[in-house]
Order: sequence, then C-alpha cells, then structure tokens
Amino acid sequence: MRQIVIISGKGGTGKTIIAASFAALAKNGVAADCDVDAADLYLLLHPEIKERHKFKGLPKAEINQVKCTGCGRCLEVCRFGAVKKQVHDRSPLFLIDPLSCEGCKVCYYACPEDAITMTESVSGEWFISETKYGPMVHARLGIAEENSGKLVAIVRENARSVALERGLDFVIVDGPPGIGCPVIASLSGVDLALIVTEPTLSGIHDMERVIDVARHFGVKTVCLINKYDINLENSGNIEKWCERNKIPVLGRIPFDNSVSESVVKGIPIVEYMHNMVTQRIKEVWWEISEVKGE
Amino acid sequence: MIVSIASGKGGTGKTTVATSLALYLNGKGQNTVILDCDVEEPDSALFLKPVLNKPKTVDIPVPTVDFERCTYCGRCAEVCAYNAIAVAKKTVLVFPELCHGCGGCALFCPEGAISEVGRDIGVVEEGDASGIKFVQGQLKVGEPMAVPLIREVKRRGIKENKEIVIIDVPPGTSCPVIKSVEGSDFVILVTEPTPFGLNDLKLAVETVKKISIPFGVVINKDGIGDSGVDLYCELERIPILTRFPFSREIAVAYSKGIPIIDAGVEFRQKFEELYDTILSIIQGGL
Ligand code: SF4
Ligand code: SF4
Repeated sequence: MRQIVIISGKGGTGKTIIAASFAALAKNGVAADCDVDAADLYLLLHPEIKERHKFKGLPKAEINQVKCTGCGRCLEVCRFGAVKKQVHDRSPLFLIDPLSCEGCKVCYYACPEDAITMTESVSGEWFISETKYGPMVHARLGIAEENSGKLVAIVRENARSVALERGLDFVIVDGPPGIGCPVIASLSGVDLALIVTEPTLSGIHDMERVIDVARHFGVKTVCLINKYDINLENSGNIEKWCERNKIPVLGRIPFDNSVSESVVKGIPIVEYMHNMVTQRIKEVWWEISEVKGE
Repeated sequence: MIVSIASGKGGTGKTTVATSLALYLNGKGQNTVILDCDVEEPDSALFLKPVLNKPKTVDIPVPTVDFERCTYCGRCAEVCAYNAIAVAKKTVLVFPELCHGCGGCALFCPEGAISEVGRDIGVVEEGDASGIKFVQGQLKVGEPMAVPLIREVKRRGIKENKEIVIIDVPPGTSCPVIKSVEGSDFVILVTEPTPFGLNDLKLAVETVKKISIPFGVVINKDGIGDSGVDLYCELERIPILTRFPFSREIAVAYSKGIPIIDAGVEFRQKFEELYDTILSIIQGGL
C-alpha cells in the first residue's frame, strides 16, 4: 500500500481536481481529504457518510465567577492575551476569550481560588464514507478552531487503516495549502508527494517553499505544472529549477475551460470528458502508480 | 482603518486584490501600510517588489533545564498541556516543535530548574514599496506554528495613527485566519464563482461572523463557473463589492506578478468603487 499526497503550497492550483481524478483512476484506493479547513473534495466525489466521529480539541479555560475573587493572577500568567479584564460596578470581572485561549492550563494551575475549569468542546467532525470510486475519509474542522494538524493526523490514520483492512493499494491524500502544521501532518510518512504548481510567480515561490518542507521531512517529491501554457517562460523556469533540484516534472497540463465545467458539474474531470487535460492527468497517474515506493 | 483581505479557498486572487487596493490608496496619497500575514506562503512582495530591511528573527520561548537543580519530580510534564516536555528516569526531554511557549513548566517547577530560551520560528521583514509601508512574515521551513509570527507582523505594522492598513490573510478558516483578521474594521472576502469557491466562501462568512466584523464579497474570475455565489450572496444579503472578469490577459498579467489594478485602465475605477463602498458600509454602520 502506498500513500500519495497532493500539495501545492499556494491554493487554487488544481490540487483537488487532480486528487479527485486520481481517486477515480485508481479504482483500488482510499481518498483522504486533509484540507480540513476548507474541504472541497466531497464536491467531486460525493461521499455517502457511513461513520461519523466527533473531534475534540484541547479543553479551554473558563472562569467560575462565584469562586473568582478578582485577584488577577490569571491575567498575569496568560501569555496568549486570552484573559480579559472588565470593570463592572467598580469591581473587576475576568473573562476568557475562547478565540485566544490556547488551552495551556497555566491559569488553571495558577489560580489560588481554584476558580478555573478546563472545558472540553467538540471542535470538528470526521467521517468514513463510500464513494463511487471507493472509500473516503474526510473531516470538517469547526470554524476558528486550532489543532487542524491533529485532525489531519486522524484522517490520515483512518485512511491508512481502511486501506489495510480492505487490501487497497493506494491512499490518495488531498493536502491543505501552506507549509505549516496541517501540511506537515499531511506529509509525514507518505511515500510520495506530488506538487501541483502553476507558472505564476506566486505559484513558483510557493512551490519552492513546499518542496523544501517535503525535503525537510525526507519525502520523495515529484512535480506537475498545471495551466502550463498561461506563461511558457515561467513554465520553462519551473522545469529548470526542478532539474537543478532533481525533482522530476511528470506532466504539463494545459489551461482549459473544461476543468471549471467539470467542477460545476461535480465530476472528476477524467470522468467528465476526454481531452488533452485528462490525457495528461492519466499519464501522470500511470507513471506514479507504477513507481514503487522506496 | 484596517481592511483585511481573506478567502476560505486559496488561489482566488486575495493577494492581487490586497496589493492592488494598497496601490490604489497609495496613489490617492493615503498613508498606506500592507501586512502580509500569509506567513506560510507570503506572496505580496512578488507583486509590490518592496525594498526590504534586514530580516529580524522571531522566536518563541521554550524551556531548558538546569540539571544541577532538577530533581526529576515530573511537575513540568504534568502541567504541560501539549506533551512538549517529558521526564524520564534521569533526564528531561523537551520537544520544541510541540511547545507553545506558554511558560507553564518554568512557572511551576518547584526547584526553579527551568529557564526559557528563544527558538526561532521565522522572520519578519519591513520595508517600503514606492511609498507603501510593507511588513511581511516568513515562517521557517518545517515549522508548524504560524500564529506567533502573525502576531509579530501585526505588532510591527499597526501603529495607532491615521494610516490605512491592508492585511493579506492566509487561506482557510482556522486559528491563523482569526488572528490575522482580528481587530479589522472591514473584511473583503475574495471568491470565485465555482462550487469550490461557494463552499469555501460559506465557511469564510461563518468565520467573519464569529468575530462580528462587517464584510463584503469580491467575485474574481467572474464568468468561469455558475451563478451559485451570486444566489448565495443575494439570499444572505451579503454585498458584492465588485467583480473582476476572467480573462486570459488578466491570468497572464497575474502570472508575471502584475497586480490586477495595473492590468487594465478599467480596473482602477473598480478599486475606487470598491473603496467607496467599503467606506460607506463602515460609516453607515451596516
Ligand atoms: S488556558 Fe492558557 S491560554 Fe487559555 S486562558 Fe488560561 S493561561 Fe490563557
Ligand atoms: S512552555 Fe508550556 S508548552 Fe512549552 S514545554 Fe513548557 S509547559 Fe509545555
């Protein structure tokens, strides 16, 4: 079983379209949507949810106003600015701003009156589903929550065990944008990272950063240039950069309106039509699916 | 005044709108500051080409243990909410990437054996782009925690005077987005008219509603998809501030790092409308 993650650094380069196409082409894989902040893969794969699980984030502080004597110790020790002081009828009132609280518990230990409790809350959900093309594991992080890395790790773990249980050959991971915590969680322990880039200055810049991250974690990396004909000079520069850095460029996909049409229709493009775009995507998939993991 | 430019989905044109708005305001003689809070992938500089001063490292405090004093009592490991410090038989292990720098272990160590040292997580750079004050953060490769860096970018960029601050916000809906947007007077949500754009716009709307800041939508790449975004905005009474059509010329200009405002004369006008609408919404208290 091999795990392949599709990432890009920059958002909007076509990651999800590629991931959905691979899921459709694989026939023996599990799709995992690790962009838990803004999950879109379901719009193309239409999963039917079979299992639903709650995701609990770190418990956050709450102040029991009956016990609180207003000493202000919590305000002193919190480094995240989560304790807010208000004045009511000339006596101070201390409150916790849940959006700033990082759940470190320092105030909980420091409060001399034991007035602080740590309250667990549900900060997301994750699902195991069935699609036309096989199982899918996905999630939904609550708005404004942290810990997306932890939720990504749960999605990855479950996708992996579903693949093992059912004897499937691939886990296809649609990764999040950026290079931070959720990206690191999406990358760790995969067999291959496919970077989807586009020939724009930001696409190139972001690709270079995300490739550095993949390397940092020792993940084998290949690249695909989407909408390569938007700027041939930049595409050429990407190829040169990749050659210098020994990153194989597995494909060049032209810009075509059929891609957004397929998104509007809610179908992976390889299932929607046959053209240059889908031909190239298939070639990349064939190449990847035959490369054995190292 | 602080205006944040956000979008749930990445790649909708957030940065080109943010940099264009900064250019427009600067062109009008406004005192303008732009903050690139997308510290994982900061791209504003590609469009504005600022002259940057020497980068300054940003660090967060992590514990170090003085083994002369440590009695291996295990209190630090007990208080750490992130499992970033562990006590084994005759040693204490610190896992710096897990540490949030809360200071709990040092505060509660009964032997006073823990002190804190800085661990660098990235850099902030300040500079000038033809009159626009520019601040950006760059997260170090392999570093998971973006929020402390975002805080530092905002601390340096937002001074209490009369300028207009434009914030380029990271994509998504989680913690780093909130930290970037917090304190703004208005949020522009940039989206594209496709089912992906709509799905992520809805999430972004929930996010800004959570922090109660007035907002409006800019539709970019208008014409590529369907009418879902329009219908949604109408239903939810969300103002559509302006639209930029999809065209190959704009896409090519973008690929070269040309902000949309410089991609055609008609676009300057759109930024004027955009800005005036924002002002009237803020002043009208809508
Ligand atoms: S738990 Fe930590 S972050 Fe939350 S309010 Fe208490 S001291 Fe602040
Ligand atoms: S500073 Fe806070 S997060 Fe870091 S090791 Fe100490 S207790 Fe844990």
